[in-house]
Amino acid sequence: MADGVATLPGISRDAYNARSKRRGLIVASASTIVVTTLIYQLVPRAPGWARVKASFFDRDVLIDTFPRLLDAFLIDIMIFAWCAPAIAIWGLVIALCRDARTPALFPLRVFATLYNDVFRGVPVILVIYLIGFGIPGLGLSRTWSNPYIWGSLALILSYSAYVAEVYRAGIESIHESQRSAAKSLGLSHRHTMRYVILPQAFRRVIPANMNNFISLQKDVALVSFIGPVELLRQASVEKSLLANFTPYIGAAIIFLSVTIPATRFADHLIAKQNRERG
Amino acid sequence: MNRRNLTFASIAVTSMLATGTARAAGECATGKTLEEGVLTVATGNPAYFPWVIDNAPEAGRGFEAAVAYAVAAEMGFEAEQVTWTTSSFDQAIQPGQKNFDFNLQQFSITEDREKVVDFSVPYYTSAMAVVVRQQAIDAGAQPTLDSLKGLTWGADANTTATPVIQSLIAPERAPLLYDDTVDVIAALSANQIDATLLDLPVALYQTGAVMDDGVVLGQFPADESASPDHFGLLMEEGNPIRECVDAALGALEESGRLARIEAEWLQQATDVPVIE
Repeated sequence: MADGVATLPGISRDAYNARSKRRGLIVASASTIVVTTLIYQLVPRAPGWARVKASFFDRDVLIDTFPRLLDAFLIDIMIFAWCAPAIAIWGLVIALCRDARTPALFPLRVFATLYNDVFRGVPVILVIYLIGFGIPGLGLSRTWSNPYIWGSLALILSYSAYVAEVYRAGIESIHESQRSAAKSLGLSHRHTMRYVILPQAFRRVIPANMNNFISLQKDVALVSFIGPVELLRQASVEKSLLANFTPYIGAAIIFLSVTIPATRFADHLIAKQNRERG
Repeated sequence: MNRRNLTFASIAVTSMLATGTARAAGECATGKTLEEGVLTVATGNPAYFPWVIDNAPEAGRGFEAAVAYAVAAEMGFEAEQVTWTTSSFDQAIQPGQKNFDFNLQQFSITEDREKVVDFSVPYYTSAMAVVVRQQAIDAGAQPTLDSLKGLTWGADANTTATPVIQSLIAPERAPLLYDDTVDVIAALSANQIDATLLDLPVALYQTGAVMDDGVVLGQFPADESASPDHFGLLMEEGNPIRECVDAALGALEESGRLARIEAEWLQQATDVPVIE
């Protein structure tokens, strides 16, 4: 046989493939059913299961607290809605600074490198505390002390570092021949970036940046440390009053309802990109 | 019987009775503690003034540290037989094994919590006090409910101050919530909130020793409140040591020792205005 694979006499290659695929599906389903059944049967036999179930999976508590959790989730969505565009823009600025090639702009390059090191190295929660309490503490008026402003700023500063690194990887992944071609056409550095490099780089790193934004959807909850009562804080209050952890399960369900579609969308974009690149 | 036998018999009986009583004091808790002969008490990490002084409960200084040692003594445990551990609120309510016999860190007794853990009888009933900065008073804040409604409130998210603010004060703007009292005071100093509600002893400490311009605007006295804030010792659900602890606290209350501990460690504030 040309491909070296034995086929049974009288059965075509296609039929063989179809049969092994079907068999694979049957084995996969059977295995999933066995594992799920085992989990369903064995976990409740653990001695503490009744207590764990009452503490983490209490249906009455879930139903009772869910409306308040949804209300609090609106704050998360709000903060995400104004932080995400700002991060996309500021991250691009930092990436361009990092990419500055002329000697005169060298300080910008140093600044961007330091910026990325610091804000990727410090945990986001520390940045939120420092900026969220520290700057208003210098004596700003009530409107300017608003924790939403400074908490969002902390998130923007932190996440821009990660996004900038992704942009930088995208820019550097554009082959040098693109720049050479642009140069031979007489395009200045600025025009090269604007019309040749950035459009390609931007499209190329969208799937990678999706990761960052999915992560941002959850880290928005950290702003609750400086006051706003968003989903995680509301869940924590309910937990404290009821001495029950089920509100956290409710919060997890709400988070998943947003992050899972986003993750699948990111997967779809990556698959599309792979297909286009061949 | 002759005189010598009588003396001998009476001595024997008295000594048996004496040891019997001494054993009875410690007997209630035998076999019911995590570790035989040792009482494991949990408190917060860190443990704040005035409940524990200098975050060192082993020294027995501070209201809750003193109460813990007094309860232990009533139950027959010497001071050396008490070990301390730390526990967060979450660790106290999680469904697995607890790492303490009882836990005290200003837990308020509420019906909802009673379903999941066991509380002792209350060892302290707290008034709640409103803390503001001087600038809020300059701007016209008064110890009246109407005036309080207009302020921006903040509170510790893990305490019962939150529902008290919502139900009793019902402010116009939704309160901001923080992880602990320290963060609340930080927000107050950063001019992000106008007022907060703290237990009266904590309020006195924060305004007296910690904040530059903090003022206790007024209090909701414990005896006048519809649902006063009772602190109880927290124990695992169904823990048999609860009866011993309740008995110990009852004895301390009757003998007046609990009141003396309170007077020693918690400032009596008689001039804090009552909120109307």
